[in-house]
Amino acid sequence: MENKNTREKLLREFAPQIERASATSIIWILFLISVIGLGIYAFINQVTQGHEVTGMRDNVVWGIYIVNFIFFMGMSYAGAIISGALHLFRTEWRKPIIRMAEYLAIISLLIGPGYILLCIGRLDRLPYLALFGRIQSPITWDVIAISTDIFGCLIFLYLSMLRDIANLRDFKELKLPKWRKKLYSALALGYTGTPEQEKRLKSATDIMAAMVIAIAIIVYSVLAWIFSVTLQPGWHSTIFGPYFVIAAVYSGTGVLIIAMWVFRKIYKLEEYITRKHFVAMGVLMVVLAALFGYFTFSDYLTKWYGSEKNDENLIKILFTQYYWPFIFSNYIGVLIPLIVIGIPKLRSITNILISAIIVVLALWINRYLIVVPTLESPYLPIQDSRTAWVYYYPTWVEYALTAAGIALFCLLFTLGSKFVPVMNVSEMSEAPKSGGQFKSEESLI
Amino acid sequence: MAGAGVVAGGGLLSACVDKSEKESGEKVKALTTDGQIIEVDKAVIKTPRVSIKESHEGIPGRKFVMVIDLAKCKNARKCVESCQKGHHLPQSQEFMKVYLLQDSDKSAPYWFPKPCFHCDNPLCVSVCPVGATYKRTDGIVLIDRDRCIGCKFCMTGCPYSTRVFAWKHYKEFEEDKEPYSPEASSPGKEGTVSKCDFCPDLIRIGKLPYCAQSCPMGVIYFGDIDEDSVTNGTETFRFSDLISDRAGYRYLEVLGTRPTVYYLPPVERQFPVDRGFNDLDEKIKNRYKETPYGKTHKL
Repeated sequence: MENKNTREKLLREFAPQIERASATSIIWILFLISVIGLGIYAFINQVTQGHEVTGMRDNVVWGIYIVNFIFFMGMSYAGAIISGALHLFRTEWRKPIIRMAEYLAIISLLIGPGYILLCIGRLDRLPYLALFGRIQSPITWDVIAISTDIFGCLIFLYLSMLRDIANLRDFKELKLPKWRKKLYSALALGYTGTPEQEKRLKSATDIMAAMVIAIAIIVYSVLAWIFSVTLQPGWHSTIFGPYFVIAAVYSGTGVLIIAMWVFRKIYKLEEYITRKHFVAMGVLMVVLAALFGYFTFSDYLTKWYGSEKNDENLIKILFTQYYWPFIFSNYIGVLIPLIVIGIPKLRSITNILISAIIVVLALWINRYLIVVPTLESPYLPIQDSRTAWVYYYPTWVEYALTAAGIALFCLLFTLGSKFVPVMNVSEMSEAPKSGGQFKSEESLI
Repeated sequence: MAGAGVVAGGGLLSACVDKSEKESGEKVKALTTDGQIIEVDKAVIKTPRVSIKESHEGIPGRKFVMVIDLAKCKNARKCVESCQKGHHLPQSQEFMKVYLLQDSDKSAPYWFPKPCFHCDNPLCVSVCPVGATYKRTDGIVLIDRDRCIGCKFCMTGCPYSTRVFAWKHYKEFEEDKEPYSPEASSPGKEGTVSKCDFCPDLIRIGKLPYCAQSCPMGVIYFGDIDEDSVTNGTETFRFSDLISDRAGYRYLEVLGTRPTVYYLPPVERQFPVDRGFNDLDEKIKNRYKETPYGKTHKL
């Protein structure tokens, strides 16, 4: 049962961010919109002048758009898996952060597929994917999987927000324009918290939580198979499905920690999001760091040890031309969280935040190193006098659209937090179940 | 001898003869179905217009094969140029590419012309989400430019870097006046993928593909694997004899794509490899700078 007093206290606390936008937040939103505007300008350039304005050419046909696609989809699956799992296991410390994980899941899922569209030469023929779709093609698998995922995630997010929407509708102190009150009461679907409603909502949320975990694993494996079904050296790997899933959740925990830190700061949530939450997420990140490091090591070890000519060539490129990015993404990106969270003394919020930032950057570069060097070293050596055909250098158009994606991500997160509190108010006002209570960080280890 | 009219050995003459056309005065030789060589006016030979449906099915009863004799190639690049002209390609797109390969440090460098291999197990076809690229009954893998969405998955699927993408609208694309057919060497379109098509439009009128026609060394043989014959326009061989006598092989057999292009190894060569650099455009020459051969010979 929800505790009425706690709920009202929480709602009162969140009321200012729901009711109005501060000057800083308006500037922030305008800034994000202008970055998105730049992205739109770049996109118009790409459409009118052709894909020549990008750095992609006949050998490296996929560049940072695909990297961003993998990255955003990864964050989405991470959000889904983390929120689904935390929900199902009734983890007590999930309460203040689970809404952020859900936002992460749905917002990155809305942005990710946009990047694959940027790779498509004829956007006007997009309906062909449905009209002439062939089930043999992994792209068709992806289309089916991603649309299922968007649907599933939206339902899950909606279900988990329903009680808070009803709370906002019923909270009379909230000073809001009429249309927003109407919107809340429409979205609340007449939920009043009767035992029957509560029971149904709970079982629906549980089912969806389990579903989004399963869907997320399937979708991200399908995405990995787009690479591993081809014969390209470096891609043709059986490990890619699980490897991508682990990498996705790993990067997602990093983004979630950053989001926790940012919202804690701007909305002054120090009382609710404490060090123990950072440590709990940090521990999750360490487990994933170990798994990610293990998968990365297995993948490259077997390529290097058996050394087929083309694999050997690829490894050589990674350790020469891409030496520092490779070291950063696959060594530093694994070791830093292991050290920072592995040693209890180092577990400060700032340290955990720094390692989260390193993880996120490392994982983006990791995807770049999966996509680009392989395309730069095909079976038949590239023999071309045009440098752009041999090496891939992203252009301003690609960077602008990457920045626009990040800006859109931040914008949707900001707007989302202004629509429904970033913390799950109704869950937080529930009394913790005895036994399952999260006492101290020591109980984690 | 080569040039316009001589029909490929074992070829089929399906040209329509239209008497109403004005005569051009230029005669070409053609082979009739009963094996007679006849002379007809060039103007009366017309490519029969092939419907989209037909171009998806392929030429009935045929299975095409190409044999490339690496012993004779000297990088004259006539195959590349005539192919580009025939297919209305811009300078930056090549369906036929000539590589300078060297399998290992101590092995000999050789010129390696590479068209599309028209694999019997084509990964590009498997991965296409909209069926824009397809395998025909005659073995040819084609692309329907009006169906392609430009996702480039086929380009990463092909292990031979065969496919090219139209990164922008090239002026050569404007020459498109005829109604579109995937097999008619129509110009490309911005944002779609294209590649070597084995010139089915030429095959239908009994001609060799552009590359095979134009090679001054007769490197490229083309024919039908069921008829067991291949020709480069001057010499005709039994395909099976040629492959067994000269130890023909397919490139990267290990990948399991089952190409329909065979190579004859570069043994007892007619030209040293550096003849390939004679009269070569500086830009083209630069391509080979970073090859092992290019580095040791300071190109």
